[in-house]
Formats: sequence, C-alpha cells, structure tokens
Amino acid sequence: MIRPHRNHAGYWAFLLHRFSGLGLAVFLPAHFLVLGLAIEDASKLDSFLVWTEGLPVKAAEMGLVFLLAIHLLGGLRLLMIEFLPWRDWQKTLIVFAGGASVVIAFTFIVNAF
Amino acid sequence: MPTMSALNVSVWRGAADGRFETFEVPHSTNQTVLDVVTYIQRLLDSTLSYRFACRVGMCGSCAMTVNGRPRWTCRTHVTKVAPDLRLEIAPLKNLPVIKDLTVDMSDFFTKWQRAKGRFAPTKTRSDPVEKIIPDSQARQAADAGIECINCAVCYAACDVVTWNPDYLGPAALNRAWTLQNDTRDGDQRQRLRAVAGDAGCHACHTHQSCQEHCPKNLNPTASIAGLKAAAFRAALTGKL
Repeated sequence: MIRPHRNHAGYWAFLLHRFSGLGLAVFLPAHFLVLGLAIEDASKLDSFLVWTEGLPVKAAEMGLVFLLAIHLLGGLRLLMIEFLPWRDWQKTLIVFAGGASVVIAFTFIVNAF
Repeated sequence: MPTMSALNVSVWRGAADGRFETFEVPHSTNQTVLDVVTYIQRLLDSTLSYRFACRVGMCGSCAMTVNGRPRWTCRTHVTKVAPDLRLEIAPLKNLPVIKDLTVDMSDFFTKWQRAKGRFAPTKTRSDPVEKIIPDSQARQAADAGIECINCAVCYAACDVVTWNPDYLGPAALNRAWTLQNDTRDGDQRQRLRAVAGDAGCHACHTHQSCQEHCPKNLNPTASIAGLKAAAFRAALTGKL
C-alpha cells in the first residue's frame, strides 16, 4: 500500500508517469521486432497482424493507448511546470490528464471493431 | 479541559535501531500532538527526548512524523489526525535520529549554505534604502516563499532526498529562489550555479510532497520550477 506521505495527487501523477513510461519502454522493443518481420518475412507479419485482430490483443492495445495518452499529457503538464510560470491548478490538470486518457483509451476500443 | 477517553500512542524510542513504545494518554479537547508528547515526557517517562520551543507555529522545532506524515506537532490537533484515537509518533525521515524524537538537523542547514541561502548585500548602511515595488513580479515571487520556518517537514516528505542524500531539498532551494528574486542581492549568478548541479533543482521529480505537507502552505515545488527555468535561460544565454 502507498505510504501516507505519498498519498496525494502530485505523487499519483508521478507514479502514473513513471510506470506508463516503463510500460512503453517495454513495449517498444516488441513493436520494432514485429515491424522487423516486414523485412524478414512478410507472410509472418501478415499472420501476426491477423492474430492481433482478436479481442485480447485489442484489449491490451487499449491499455497501450492509455499508457501513451497518460504519458503524453502528463509530460506536457511537466513541461508546463518547468518552462511556464507556475499554475496553482495542478490537481485540475492531473485530473484532466487522467480523465482524457481514459476517454481516449475508451474511444479506441469502441472504434476497434 | 475535560478528559473524554484515552489515546493509544506509539512513540519511537532510541536511535535508528530503536523501536516503538506504547503509552496511554488521556484525550482532551483541543489537544495537540505536542501536548501528547509533553504529557508522556512530564508524567509517564521523563527520559523521552524531543524538541519544541514556541508552541505557536513560529519556531519550526517540533516537527515529527505523525501517523506516517511529517507535521508540525504544536499546531496539529489530535482529533484531525487520529479519529480512531491511535497515534504513531516517530522522528522526521531523511535526517539521522539522535534519540527518540530528536533528529540531527546539520545536513538540512548545511544544504542551505550549499545553496547559497544567505543574502549577499550590494549596499552599505550609508546608502539610501532600496525602493522595492511590492507588486513587482520578482517581489511577489519572493514574498510567496519567505515565510519558511525551517521546520524540515518538506525535507522529510521529499522522496528525492531519500533517494539522493546529496539533493539540496525543497527548503534550501525555496530559500535560494526567494533570494534570486531579491533585487538587492548580489550573489545571483553564483547561487544559480550552486543550485543547478546534479543534486540541485534539476533533481526534483515534481512529486509536490513538499507543497502538500508544508505547514505554512508554501509551495517549494513552484520555487524549484522557477529555478529550473532560470537555470535553463541562463544556460542558453551563457550566463550559468
């Protein structure tokens, strides 16, 4: 369980940013490996792409879209903090980033089929 | 003060390798955490070590970890932090424990010096008094951070200090930022250099724990962000 002194919006935003970044870093090598199939063996790539049309992969992709969205929006928030004058509405920005990421991920899965 | 019930209080005893000891303390209305510690020291165990001075939130000496969060104990009401009447009181984190609830603050204050948290005058007492426009941007930025009471609550709440013991910490950087915005100060370039290193402002992960816990409602995260931007601008213009 999270320790009491860490249980606030700013720290949750940090955790989301860090773990979404790690998740994306783990995903990228797999992504490039699959792209590499296009050079190596196009039929392998085609069969892999057919496999990705299934529900479990689409659900995982929804998670990936969420990670991308939260990392992008969280990163923009951090850039705002570091390069623009301080805004007191950081919690609003954190909630917006989290909410928008959920909506983006949900929109992806709704349009996936 | 009418006594309502008993508090179950676990208090850290010994140095870093110590343990919690449990006391039963009468609970009363408007009781602060410092009242509880003082009751234990005066009536239950006179060997308990802790610090306090003003008891009104000015001196910054009574900060402790209360139920897992760093707090100024003289202004922390028991009813607000322990609705179940259970208190766990420990020394501040990120500072070496001397004994019981007292910590060695040397590192904390040494870092104020490392961050050049000392005003460097540019005039003598013979010069006319400098005119400071109260609503100027620099003065507003300085005003926002100058009420720090050196309690080290922000320092204890900061995970970056835990991960990197060399990190200057929120209080020292906040102090540096107030001086960077003091138009009378003559050490701004050297100070920016002092806080722009590896263990300086750029090490901050923007957790905002300092802002969250500051008992004076200051915002060291904003001060550190200001230093980051100032250091970036200075680096771009070759002034760092």
